[in-house]
Amino acid sequence: MSRKLLVVSGAAVYLFLYLPLLIVVAYSFNDSKLNAEWVGFTWHWYKLLLDDDSMLKAAGNSLMIALTASFASTVLGTMAGYALYRYRLKLLPVLIMAPLAIPEILVGVSLLIFFVAINLTLGLGTIMLSHIAFCVGFVAIVVRSRLSGMDESLFEAARDLGATPWQAFRLVTLPLIAPGIVAGALLAFTLSIDDFVITFFTAGVGASTLPLQIYSMIKIAVTPEVNAISTLLMLLTLFLIVVASRVSPGSVRGR
Amino acid sequence: MGKNLGKWLISGPPVLYLVVFFVIPTLIMVLASFRYPGEYGGLAPIMRHDASGAHINLTLESYQEYFSDFIYSWLFLKTLAYAVITTFFCLVMAYPLALLIAKSARKYRDLLVLLVILPFWSNFLIRIYAWMIILGPQSVFSQLLNGFLGLFGIDPVRLLFTPFAVVVCLIYVQLPFMVLPLYANLEKHDPALLDAAQDLGANGWQRFWRVTFPLSLPGIYAGIALVFIPVLGIFAVPDILGGTRGIMIGNLIKQEFLEARDWPFGSALSIVLTVSAMIIVGLAALAARRRVGRDV
Repeated sequence: MSRKLLVVSGAAVYLFLYLPLLIVVAYSFNDSKLNAEWVGFTWHWYKLLLDDDSMLKAAGNSLMIALTASFASTVLGTMAGYALYRYRLKLLPVLIMAPLAIPEILVGVSLLIFFVAINLTLGLGTIMLSHIAFCVGFVAIVVRSRLSGMDESLFEAARDLGATPWQAFRLVTLPLIAPGIVAGALLAFTLSIDDFVITFFTAGVGASTLPLQIYSMIKIAVTPEVNAISTLLMLLTLFLIVVASRVSPGSVRGR
Repeated sequence: MGKNLGKWLISGPPVLYLVVFFVIPTLIMVLASFRYPGEYGGLAPIMRHDASGAHINLTLESYQEYFSDFIYSWLFLKTLAYAVITTFFCLVMAYPLALLIAKSARKYRDLLVLLVILPFWSNFLIRIYAWMIILGPQSVFSQLLNGFLGLFGIDPVRLLFTPFAVVVCLIYVQLPFMVLPLYANLEKHDPALLDAAQDLGANGWQRFWRVTFPLSLPGIYAGIALVFIPVLGIFAVPDILGGTRGIMIGNLIKQEFLEARDWPFGSALSIVLTVSAMIIVGLAALAARRRVGRDV
């Protein structure tokens, strides 16, 4: 293919990728209820967000769920990532990869049946448990890849110098893989705060999160308030991605 | 012994968590597909007691329902068709982009790849919402298109809440999954092969179709798998953009669980979906292995 054709078609695809998001951001500042004509600049929709109690509550829920789920899944995912690296295991690799490979809707639906079967009331708690379940695999993969880039002889050296396996892990391995763990935690946080499908099935009637709130707003009546919250959420995600890629380059590609 | 203890201590908790919150729920769902629906939604008890004692209360009814009414297979075929169209357009759009990145100067490549990944880190619903704005009846795009069609005396068309809206958005959300494996493949090609083809008199198109394209087949197969499978289970895109005509199998599953409350049938649908997806992947992997084996 000729160079010119490639550049033109490549640029067109980049435009296709970014234009929709730019439109969402642009209309969040538009002084009109309709996402159609440009009328003028306003902060109105952002101010509206601050007065929207159900939106603030949903944001609070999302934050709490994401913090809890990312913490728990980072602990479990780090253990899993380390186990994958150090030992020859049969069950764990399957358990890590399978939830990532099957359609998300099935994970959501099966968790719904499960929680009802064990008589657990659907709500923030069940959302958290579900988020931990799907975040563990992502953290494990990030930590595992960080470990495989590590020089194994450093651990051996610590052992030769008389460190117990635990000391060698805590004083040598852990500091070396810390950036991978932090990147994994940020990844889990982003995945949790953005998740819609699994949350949708495990939330029950009362609990709401930001994506659920956005969903019901889109379904009922579209106003630029949705654009405003979307813009803020994109900024948050972008910020987390930049931090994650600074801490551990390469980890952002994992998704 | 010490090594084994460490192994259990470190791998035990994540294994336990995933068994409880992934394996057991999946098994419960499989079992649920053989149960009767409960009177008020949910599931009927597994054991049934009557005058003659206790019976196991399981049935194939949900599967019979699926196969007895063609409307379900039709919806499934429609979902497959959406996935095929989506995959095709993703391939057509992703290929030039992946090739462009692979042929760019090495220092720009990471940035160009990052630019492909970045939009799909934004919330899934936001990306769907963006298309709701673009395809809405009052949008600039709709106005321009209908104005243009009007010049030829064609009636205005509706874009939102149609299968067209669903497929466009599916292409949008899945595109990066095609670009990345293609790029990973194309980047490794040895430029000397193209030089050799040129020396032997091949023109640009010949060099592409006879050298680059066949060598990129493994990347194409990987991309197809990554794009195709997730599309089968998506429900948010048709739910928001599809209206009544654009629904997919995922919408039916959602409906059975949250509105119709026929959980056994919803579970059976999920299982039919998963098993079909696995069979398709298996067949594709087999075909891919044969082709790659022959071409390379």
